Order: sequence, then C-alpha cells, then structure tokens
Amino acid sequence: MTQPLLTLSGISKSFPGVRALHDVSLELYPGQVTALIGENGAGKSTLVKILTGIYQPDEGSITVKGEAVSLPTAHAAFGRGITAIHQETVLFDELTVAENVFLGHAPRTRFGLIDWGRMRAEAASLLQSMGAGIDPDVKLKELGIAKKHLVGLARALSIDADIVIMDEPTAALSQKEIEDLYVLVELLKQDGKAILFISHKFDEIYRIADRFTVFRDGEMVGKGMIAETAQDAIVRMMVGRSVDHIYPKTQAQIGETVLTVEGLSHPTEFADISFELKRGEILGFYGLVGAGRTEVMQALFGITRPSAGRITVEGREVAPKSAADAIEAGIVYVPEERGRQGVVIGLPIFQNVSLPSLRRTSGNGVLRLAEEFRLARTYTERLDLRASSLSQDVGTLSGGNQQKVVIAKWLATNPRVIILDEPTKGIDIGSKAAVHAFMSELVGQGLCVIMVSSELPEVMGMSDRIVVMREGRIAGIFDNKGLDPVTLVETAAGIRSQAA
Amino acid sequence: MIRFFKQREVMLLAIIAIIVALVTTRSSGFGTPRNLAAVFNDTAVLAMLACGQLLVILTRSIDLSVAANLALTGMIAAMINAAMPGVPVEVLIVGCVVVGGLLGAFNGVLVWKLNIPPIVVTLGTLTIYRGAVFLVSGGTWVNAVDMSDRFKELTRLVFLGLPMLSWFAIVVIALFVLLMARTSLGRSFYAAGINPTAATYAGIDVGKTKFIAFTISGMVAGLAGYLWVSRYVIASVDVARGLELQVVAACVIGGVSIAGGIGTVGGAVLGALFLGVINNALPVIGVSPFWQMAISGAAIITAVIFNARGERKRGRIILKSAEAA
Amino acid sequence: MTDTTNTPHRHIPDRLDNPVKSAVFSWETLLVLVGVAIFTANAFASPYFLNEWSLSDLTFNFTEKAVIALAMALLIISGEIDLSVAAIIALASTLMGMAVQWGVPTPGLVAIGIGVGLACGAFNGFLVTGLKLPSIVVTIGTMSLFRGLSYAILGDQAYGGYPADFSWLGQGYVWWVISFELVFFIAAAIVFWFVLHRTNFGRRIFAIGNNALAAQFSGVRVARIKFVLFCLTGLMSGIAAVMLTARLGSTRPSIAQGWELEVITMVVLGGVSILGGAGSILGVVLAALIMGLVTFGLGLLNVPGIVMSIFIGGLLISVIALPILYRMWKERRQ
Repeated sequence: MTQPLLTLSGISKSFPGVRALHDVSLELYPGQVTALIGENGAGKSTLVKILTGIYQPDEGSITVKGEAVSLPTAHAAFGRGITAIHQETVLFDELTVAENVFLGHAPRTRFGLIDWGRMRAEAASLLQSMGAGIDPDVKLKELGIAKKHLVGLARALSIDADIVIMDEPTAALSQKEIEDLYVLVELLKQDGKAILFISHKFDEIYRIADRFTVFRDGEMVGKGMIAETAQDAIVRMMVGRSVDHIYPKTQAQIGETVLTVEGLSHPTEFADISFELKRGEILGFYGLVGAGRTEVMQALFGITRPSAGRITVEGREVAPKSAADAIEAGIVYVPEERGRQGVVIGLPIFQNVSLPSLRRTSGNGVLRLAEEFRLARTYTERLDLRASSLSQDVGTLSGGNQQKVVIAKWLATNPRVIILDEPTKGIDIGSKAAVHAFMSELVGQGLCVIMVSSELPEVMGMSDRIVVMREGRIAGIFDNKGLDPVTLVETAAGIRSQAA
Repeated sequence: MIRFFKQREVMLLAIIAIIVALVTTRSSGFGTPRNLAAVFNDTAVLAMLACGQLLVILTRSIDLSVAANLALTGMIAAMINAAMPGVPVEVLIVGCVVVGGLLGAFNGVLVWKLNIPPIVVTLGTLTIYRGAVFLVSGGTWVNAVDMSDRFKELTRLVFLGLPMLSWFAIVVIALFVLLMARTSLGRSFYAAGINPTAATYAGIDVGKTKFIAFTISGMVAGLAGYLWVSRYVIASVDVARGLELQVVAACVIGGVSIAGGIGTVGGAVLGALFLGVINNALPVIGVSPFWQMAISGAAIITAVIFNARGERKRGRIILKSAEAA
Repeated sequence: MTDTTNTPHRHIPDRLDNPVKSAVFSWETLLVLVGVAIFTANAFASPYFLNEWSLSDLTFNFTEKAVIALAMALLIISGEIDLSVAAIIALASTLMGMAVQWGVPTPGLVAIGIGVGLACGAFNGFLVTGLKLPSIVVTIGTMSLFRGLSYAILGDQAYGGYPADFSWLGQGYVWWVISFELVFFIAAAIVFWFVLHRTNFGRRIFAIGNNALAAQFSGVRVARIKFVLFCLTGLMSGIAAVMLTARLGSTRPSIAQGWELEVITMVVLGGVSILGGAGSILGVVLAALIMGLVTFGLGLLNVPGIVMSIFIGGLLISVIALPILYRMWKERRQ
C-alpha cells in the first residue's frame, strides 16, 4: 500500500467563542481523490485554510512526503506544493486571464523580467488542454462565473502542485462543464497528484472519489474507501442523528394569503418570479448556490430595485425602495451574511435589537434607554439568547447567538413576513435547533416565513411548500407532502422540469 | 477600435492634443516643439511624483506627504551644498533618494505594522516633514548665491535638445514602466489593490507591498527634492507647498482608481501633462494663473466621477439571457 | 405573546460593568489629566499665563476650529471625512468680503457666510452620497476647487472694511472676559453632545460607522444621514468662517490654511476612531482645550507656528499609534 503524500494529525483550531476543529486527522494519497464530506459549519473551510497557510492550527502536526512541516504563510503552502481552488473565485478582476493564471509564478526572461509572450502562450495551451476556449488576453471581469472558475482551475494546474484542494469546484458550473472537470480530475490522478475534493453532492463523490473523510461539528467522525461504503452510511456519519428528530415542525393553521408576488423581474438577476405566501406557512426556497434566491429576497426587502412586477402585503401593494420602506410594510429579512449585513458589530446587543424600532422606543427622537433595554430583553430572552449582559458587544457572541439577536431585532418590529436566508448556515447544532423551534413557534402565532436554504434536510424538514429556483427563474413549486427529495434536487439542477 | 478610444490614455492624449491645438490658434508659439519641450520640462517633477503616487494609490493607500518630503530633502541637499561645495552633486542626489526613501519608509511602517489609515499617517507626516524643514534650516532660505554652479547646472545641461531635468523624468518614467509591466513586484501592487484576500492566497504580503509602495514614493520625492531646488534655485520652508494635491490630481485624472488596483504609468504621466499644459496655457490665453487651483479641483472631481462610472462593478449575472446580451 | 417552552428563560442583565468605573478608566479621563498637566506647566512656564485676559485670549486659539470639529466628529464617526473644511472657510470668507464691497450689512454677511458653508457641504454630500464617490478624494477635489475659486476671485488681493458690528462676532465679549466665540462654542457643544449621545439620529450615526451595510439592512437611511452630516460640517465651517473673518477683519485666499489637519487632529485626539463607529463629544471638547493650551503655551514661549505644527502632526500620529502599540505589547506578553 502506498504512503500518504500528506498527513494531518491531531489538528485543533479555535476562534473566540467557537471551536472550529478538534483533534481531526486526514490523509491524502498520491493518484487518489479523497472526498471531504460534512455539513455547512462542520469545519471543512477551516481545514482548507490551515492547509493553504492562511490559518495556523492551535495543535497538531502536518506531514508532507514524510517530512513534518509548518505552513506559516500562503507562500509556504505554495512552496510545499499545495494549491487550492476556492469556493468563491478569489481572483483578480482587473487583470488578464493569463496573468490570473500565472500571478506569482510567471515565466521569466533571462533578465528576470516577466515574459508576457510565453505567459500568454502557456496560459492559452493550458486552457486549451482543459477544453476551455478562453482568450488569455481578456480581463477576468469580462468572463462569467463559470469561466472564472475554470481560470481558477487553470491557475491551480499551472502551479506544479502535488496536492490539489478543490473546494466545491462544481458549485457554479453547468453539467457540461462539470463533465469536463471530471476529465481533468482523472488527468490529475494519472499524474499522481493527491486531490482533496470537497463537495455536498453525493453523485459526484461516488463518481470520482476513491476515499472519504467525514467531519461533523469540527470533529473527524469517519473515513474509508468509497467503493466499500454505502451512501446512507456516510449520510448517517454526517448527520449523526435521524433527520426527523431535529426538525420540530408542527403544522400551523394555514390562513389567508399575506404576501403575493407577481412577475417580479430584474434585468440581470431574476425574471418572472410569482408566488404566494399564506398566514402560518413556511415557504422554502431551494436551489443551487447562485440560483438567484438571495437576489429575489433582497428585492422584496427593498435593497435591489426590481424592473417589473407587483408585491402585495395583506392586500396593499408595496414598492419598497429601501429596507426602511420594507420594514414599514411588514417585510423583514434575516440575511445570509450575518457579520456583514445582519448585526452591527461594535454596538451592544440591546442597541442592535432596538435599531429598527428606535422610533417606538424613543420619545420625539430622544433616546429612552430603559425602553430599549426592555424591548431587547423581551425578545432576546424569548429566543433564549446566551449572553452575559445586554450591553455586551454583539461581536463577542457566537454565530448562533448573533443570529438570535438578528431575529429578535425583527420580531421587535412586529412584522408580517419574515424572510430567513440560510438561517442556520455556520452555526452550532444547539442554536440551529433553537432557530428551527422558533420558526415553528412564529408560524404558530400567525406569522408567515420564507426560508431560503441550500440544505436539503432543512428544506424538507421545515417547509410547508417549496419553491425551487434555477438560473434566476422559478423551476417549480411543490407541496411538501410525501415529496421525494430527488425531485427537488433534479429540479434545481435542471435535470427535470416540474411535472406537477 | 472603439475599445482603443475608450482607453483612458488614448482619450487623455486626444484631449491634450485638442487643448494644445486650440491654444495654438490663439498664440502660434504655443504648439512649437520647443515650447512643448519647455512644458514637459515644467511638468517633469510632477510626472515623476505621480508615478510614485500611482504605486501607493494602487495598493488602496494615499501619500499626502510627498511635497513636504520634497521640501525637506531639497533643503538638506541645498544646505549641504552650501556648507560643503566640495561634495559631488552625484553623491547628493543619491543621498536625496536615500533620505526621501527613509521618510517614505516611515509612512510605510506606520501603515504596514500599525495598520494606521494612510490618510492619517501622511497628513501627520506632511506637517512633521514640513516643520522639520524649518528646524533644519532655522527658518532661513538657501539662495542661488549659496549654491555651487554644478549643483545649479546639472538640471539645465542640454542633452539631445532636452534639459537634463527632462531626461531625469524620462529615465524615472521608463524605470516605472519596466517595474510595473515586467516585474512580479510591479504586478503585486495591482494584485494587492484589486483583491487583497486573493493576493494573500497567492502568497503576496499585502502590508509589505504597501510599505514598498510608500518607500518608492518617498525615494522619488527625495530625488524630486534635489531637482526642484536645483531648477528653481531656492530652498525654503514653503517650497512646493500644496503640490501633493496636484500629484493626486494627476493620478486621478490619469484614470488611477482611488479604490486601488486600477491605473497605469502612462495614465499618471498623461494626467500630469494635462495639468502642465493647462497651467502653461492659462497665461497664454489671458486667464489669471490664480485659476489654476480651481481648475485642478474641478478636474479632480470630474475625473473621479468619470472613473467611478467605469469601475462600477457589474453585478453577478444569473439570467442566461442577460449573460448572452 | 406566549412562551412556547415551560422552562423559565435565563435572565440577561442590562449591564455588568459599573458605569462609574468605566467612566474613570476612559479616554476622556486621560484627556482631563493631560489638560491639567499642561495647564500647570503653562502656569509655571510663564508668569503672564494665570491672568483672566490671558485665559480669555487662549480661547480664541481654538474655538473656531473646535466649532468645525464638533460636526467633523459626527462625520468621522459615520465613517466619512471632509478635508475641504478650511477651503470652505476661504470661499465663504471671500464671498462675504465681496458682499462687503457691495455694502451688504452684517446680517446679510452672516447669512452669506453660513449659506456658502451649507452649500459647499451639500455639494460634498451630493458627490459622496448621490454619486457614491469616496469622500477622501472628493473632498481633496473640493478642497482644491473651493480655495481655488477664492484665489480666482481675489488673486493676491485682500478684502477688508468689514462693519464694526460684524467684528463683534469674532472679537466681542458677551460678559466680562467671556467672548461671543466661546459662548457659541459651548452652546454648540451642548447641542452636538445631545444630538450624538441622546437622540435616535446620533444612535444611527454610530450604527452606520460600525457597519453601514448592516445599518442599511436594519432600516437606517444611510445616504440621507450622511448627506445631512456633510451639510452640517459645511454649515459649521461657514459659521467658523464668519467668526474668523470677523476676528481678522480681512480676507485673503490663504485664510485658514491647513486647518483641516488641525480639525481632524482635534477629533482624533478626542478619541474618535478614524475608522468610524466610536467617539464622544466630551472627548472632542477636551481635545480642543488641550490643543488650545499647547499652542497658546508654546506661543508664550515664543515658539514659531511651524514648529507647533510638527507637534500637532506628531500628536495626530501618536494618539492613534500608542493604543495600537500598547495592545501589541500586551498581546506579546500573553
């Protein structure tokens, strides 16, 4: 049996308030693809950052080709032959394709100067060998997202790396492009490279991976050979519990229509979005990353301006031009990007909660702190927030507790429709359960909820009906009674169009 | 073809040519090669400083201390020359570059190691360096009579029809073109400005890149210190006061994005030439030179508006139909 | 609404820190100590210092700048900056001087000064919030434009001949040694303190400065508030122009040269974070006092103005650098 090219053992990494990785191990073998599997927040991204020299592990050792190494910088990881293709294309929009491929290791002339001619030629032949007809002289910003991804891949290949990390490389690719990618992965395997393949998609894992390692909540919970392991066994390792148990979905009384969206369109992001939302209902929005779900939600919330369409809340037509307008109309939005859009880090908890409700807590524009504390306490305690005081900076809370602050902030505005965009992404299991329980409670009280989620079990476990979006359009709307998850996945991927 | 004309450099060149042509119809002497060479010589220092500023702005920073740096190094050079005329001017020039580089490196360290916003650092050092001119000179001036002949002549010697001052600028600009286009250091200024996170992943130390940009900007300012004092044969506390704004203006007019990552040496130099041509044309067409400052202010604002339109990020395109369009 | 669970919720206290204790260990306390030390040093250094007229003269040193610093503090807390304030003074003063030549009386002059300031501020605000341009480079541009217009109008000339009742605004006393400028500054400081620390508007400024995007997502009308702050900064610059012009009795285009730096230094020294999101009016007022004490003290010792500017530049960098260095030193020790 071959020796692993790279071995991680006993790796731990903590951030203030969060234990991202605890005593995990991983081996990568030459000429083999190892799939790293785990739910969002299982610690996969942290591991990638450790391997690429961005983070330093608190404990543990890294061995490359039998030699113990440390990777203090991205450059050091580079030097050890480790390269990564990232989830979000982290490249340079204003530079040409050729330069994006070769930045940092461009071919040189005899005088040590960059050899643009050779760089262009090599980039062109590399892209050619990948079957991507991309002009190496255009600026990256001219390309669509899928092509940018291919450039990222070309960059990884141009570095003569032994260890290639692919972090959800197919997330934004079309079926044809994914097939091309598989061919490339085969080529890399034949070259004897060790590949770490991170993916959510089981079909693709079973197609190209040789081995697997499963992470759950920052720990390594299983590893083995793909050929010897059944899919449901891996799912069980991933989830660690039966799906029914964790989704406290109670059937609420479904009432009259609260929100109607008709023909909502945007020049570049979405088209012809129409759906209804009834009192007491949880409407799931499922789709691949980048299907335009967030963009639709932000249009409802007044952040993006739609070019056409009607939005009606409780029979009144609204056209929110700002978040303030949307809040006024009773639509609130819990964003996916919690740290950037959700909480105001630097302000204490109570001020975060009262921010949209200041008009009610104040007297003629003058602050009344006692009122603010009362409002904040009412809603944060209902959500079982874990904090030492309400004057604590919201930035010192864990992700799950920050999410509770965001939800508390919105409940305090007494909304009609609450939109949750990936509400449990990157938060711990305990907070996840609390958020889910709370969603059930909300609809029980007559609110209605839109939940955008890319996690199939969550969508299946919480929604009354499910809207599937694909490439900026609605691909299907399903009643969640006896629905087969395969239907959802295939509709989202465009393999099947709605029969119902 | 349309793409070619949309490039900032081509457009600026055309605008400059049009201004020169228009002014020449009013005063035929303006468009002669001889006068244009004089305009270039006049703009030489500004163009060099704009190149240094380009690096700094590319990395999402700004250096407002260049004019004060110029005044300080120029004063030191002039005082040494006055006190010890025997020291070769070449040595003084190297000394100016070193001193200017150190002053720039001081800015750079504060930005790199302490993470202080560049605007604050250089606003601070701007007054410190300017005040230091007073401290070293005791408030006195160094005049033509105090300077050695060689010190004064070096920038004036004519070589192939152009004064040495112009040649200094040409060499510096050429070095910048080489640096930016053909070295990995040059490219790392762009990378660090366009996407600092991606640059880190690509093994570029963004903070250190900023430090290097400030140091180079300081070195150019130091060299400009000697050139300025030699050309105008005076060193005083008030030398080149407010020039930093002209330098930033030249960059912005040249299409350098204040948000970092976008801009070329050609653009920065043409931006400087644009200002130089305007400054020289005003008296010719009978407009008070006191309009200079207001015009460069208006030019900065116009250019920023113009730059922002070009830089507006295209949103992620999800609809297939929109992507094809 | 009813609870879903039967278990009682954990009670979360309002605050843990004793507010008195946190007030004692604040930046403002440090400023008070520094101020007292410099005051004492001045008193020992010069026999002319401890005299009511000396102390009154001292206030003229900083009130005009401090009036702008109050508004600038709000602007910087919101995450923007205005480098054109001194240029606004120049333009406002020039247009007032022009009006004097046409025989406009004092109320008209004051209206012109304030109006020009407000208009300049609105112009900055429009460029930054309307056209979404970065405030640093916009205000570098308008700094050059406003002062440039002043040069274009005046050249190397000067305006003078301001009416006597106009001069009172810069030179007059309300009572005993208490000048109009000082009274105005104290009143303005109280208003700004109230607005920033006691109103919804002030709270929203802090929210914007900490995270403008999240504030926008929380229903704060970010662009509108920033526009108002630019207008306010312009307005206060216009008022400062009235007071400065009245005090000097003449207008040159180089009036208030370099003041933007001193105003920003005042704000930063007062504990306002240059990155936005934190700061207090009390700190800015104390910083203004300290800078006034220092410049006046150095003036008594016949130190030239340009050397004082070294001190101010050094102060600006060190008040930002020292806390960072201290934090780094503490982290290294752990």
